Amino acid sequence: MSGLIIDDISMTFELPDGGKVEALKNINLNIKEGELLSVLGPSGCGKTTLLNICAGFLAQSEGQLSLNGDLVTGPSPKRGMVFQKGALFEWMSVRKNVSFGPELKGMPKAEMNEIVDHLLDVVGLQDFKEKAIYELSGGMQQRVALARCLANEPDVILMDEPLGALDALTREKMQGLVLKLWKETGKTIILITHSVEEALLLGERLIVMAPRPGRIHKEYNLPFAEMGVGADLREVKKHKKFGTTRDEILSMIWDMEEEIMGRTESA
Amino acid sequence: MFFTSEDFISEFGFAITTSLWMIVGIAGIFAIYLVFSAAFAFIYSLYAKGKEAKGFGSLKTVTFGDESAVVANRIASVLGVVTLFFLWGLATESKLLPFSLPGPFNGTSQFEYTAKNAAGEIDKGTVTFRVSKQGEEVEKLEAPATSEGFAKDDVLMLLERRSKILKAQNNDEGGKNEGYTITEINGQPIKADDVVTVEGADVLFTKRGSFSVRPAEGMTMEALFLPPPEKVWSTFIQLHNEGYQGVSLWENVFWSLARVVIGFALGCLFGIPLGYAMGLTGWLRGWFDPIVEFMRPVPPLALIPLIIIWFGIGEQGKISLLFLAALWIMTIAARSGVSGVNISKVHAAYSLGASKRQILTRVIIPNSLPDIFTGARVAMGVCWGTVVAAELVAAEKGVGKMIIAASKFQLTDIVIVGIIIIGIIGFGIEVLMRIIEKRLIPWKGRG
Repeated sequence: MSGLIIDDISMTFELPDGGKVEALKNINLNIKEGELLSVLGPSGCGKTTLLNICAGFLAQSEGQLSLNGDLVTGPSPKRGMVFQKGALFEWMSVRKNVSFGPELKGMPKAEMNEIVDHLLDVVGLQDFKEKAIYELSGGMQQRVALARCLANEPDVILMDEPLGALDALTREKMQGLVLKLWKETGKTIILITHSVEEALLLGERLIVMAPRPGRIHKEYNLPFAEMGVGADLREVKKHKKFGTTRDEILSMIWDMEEEIMGRTESA
Repeated sequence: MFFTSEDFISEFGFAITTSLWMIVGIAGIFAIYLVFSAAFAFIYSLYAKGKEAKGFGSLKTVTFGDESAVVANRIASVLGVVTLFFLWGLATESKLLPFSLPGPFNGTSQFEYTAKNAAGEIDKGTVTFRVSKQGEEVEKLEAPATSEGFAKDDVLMLLERRSKILKAQNNDEGGKNEGYTITEINGQPIKADDVVTVEGADVLFTKRGSFSVRPAEGMTMEALFLPPPEKVWSTFIQLHNEGYQGVSLWENVFWSLARVVIGFALGCLFGIPLGYAMGLTGWLRGWFDPIVEFMRPVPPLALIPLIIIWFGIGEQGKISLLFLAALWIMTIAARSGVSGVNISKVHAAYSLGASKRQILTRVIIPNSLPDIFTGARVAMGVCWGTVVAAELVAAEKGVGKMIIAASKFQLTDIVIVGIIIIGIIGFGIEVLMRIIEKRLIPWKGRG
């Protein structure tokens, strides 16, 4: 069995006051190799919990998940992660950050340098190789994060709102970069986002999650990621189906938020 | 009763009253200093008027309340320090200034007293007094030639600011008889405890009928309390050349610094690993938490008596005191450095394939360096303060020892030189730590 298989996973947190929160309930997902999956949902629907379980940072309460037949029991370099921000190592140069994974593996220096050079070329940071992390802009830092993750040759890349902290223009550029990397490397990518447009653009498959308990509400198969590779993303957004799907999902999430608000008000 | 002293109210009231007067005095001196500041500010504003300000900041229209627009005026800093020295010189009759506040009376003066003998006769005598500086060579006043009348003239040699008692009737004819009284000074009727101001002195007429002559003090400070700047400088040169009590000045400085460095290094050696351990395991955090939290607020100086009982007054005592001063600060700094690591960094490192050991050496330790350095700066400052205080209590060498020894002989100039050196070195340590910090951890505060 290849790919990432999420088999009937539930996650229940116990609160200090004895209560219980069902963060995830009976999640079933089968992510094929090379698939680009985006996950969308209102805050509190368990998106990040799901990703942390995939990464191996959290242990699910029930169910199991496996990557290419191996059960997931903890973090592993096979499942790379890109965070929203603050996960780069400020005390290292850009080059050192990118070569962090290969170096831990004990890769020979020449080979490592080749990989780093190549990846920095891909993300467009060749000129910033020796710069310190704090000298880079937010967008550049996320490029470094992507390169660092790719340098480790993971089977799956887990992205936790990787573009969430960027401004609109930088974000658009980075979306193009993510699509390019996906196509060039053929990696499986799971991307969590708050932005409906981003989920549509960067999802071959898109799942919308609903809160309380966190569950998969709806699933879409979309053509936009394929269309967007190497193309102008703004043109993709003008596509008619893009608009209708976006509106549909927006009102779906709107209703969920309304429901939550209603509940808290009546409580 | 909490307060067993019956005089508690009056004792406390006295403390309050004297403190209030002290505050008034401080406020007065401070006000003078501020007047200088205001005067210079006015002159500077006249000077700066025509000059065009440059740079982006000069275009700001809102500067009041904009902290970034408030930049220390270096001219003001220089003038502030110069004024301080000027006032110091002014109050101590410095030779560096062409003028100073009126000093104590120096010279010869006299006053006249009127006496009435037992028979009711009245006569006048003259008291001549000469005031000289300590160590100054002056001619002694000669005993007066015998004069007519029963009240004979007197002479008195005085030192600046030092009063002396003169029993004027001792040499008067019939002065020891009952009924002999002194009734006037310079024609002013007196009774016991009256003070008459004559030229160059205040004369107190005591209950026992003598004169307590107190030479006029002027407005300057006595060198015993505050020596003039040039005296402090020459003392510094002298200390530099000859040392004090057989120990050279720089040897004293070296010993103080050596203690700080060794104590601080030991504190780091034990404190940082302890902090890491507390940051990384719940058991050790729980185990040491009460001790650390209890010891942290205990000022190291409060431990001096115990340290002396345990280790005596030798080097181990002082170094262990500094060790204790640095230990808790470094422990807490290292602990917060570990706790402060962004969990994303740790997660990222794990999913890049790092082991626990690699997480510690490659993520947690470098990530904690800024916190550890902040702690190190604080610890160095505390250690420096503590070493001086510890040397005040007991030491053979050291800056603190030098000043406490000098204070016992009232060598105020040496005390002041010591204080200035302590201040400069403390400041130097802080500057040095900042430079090292910038070199070693340029990413601090920019994560």
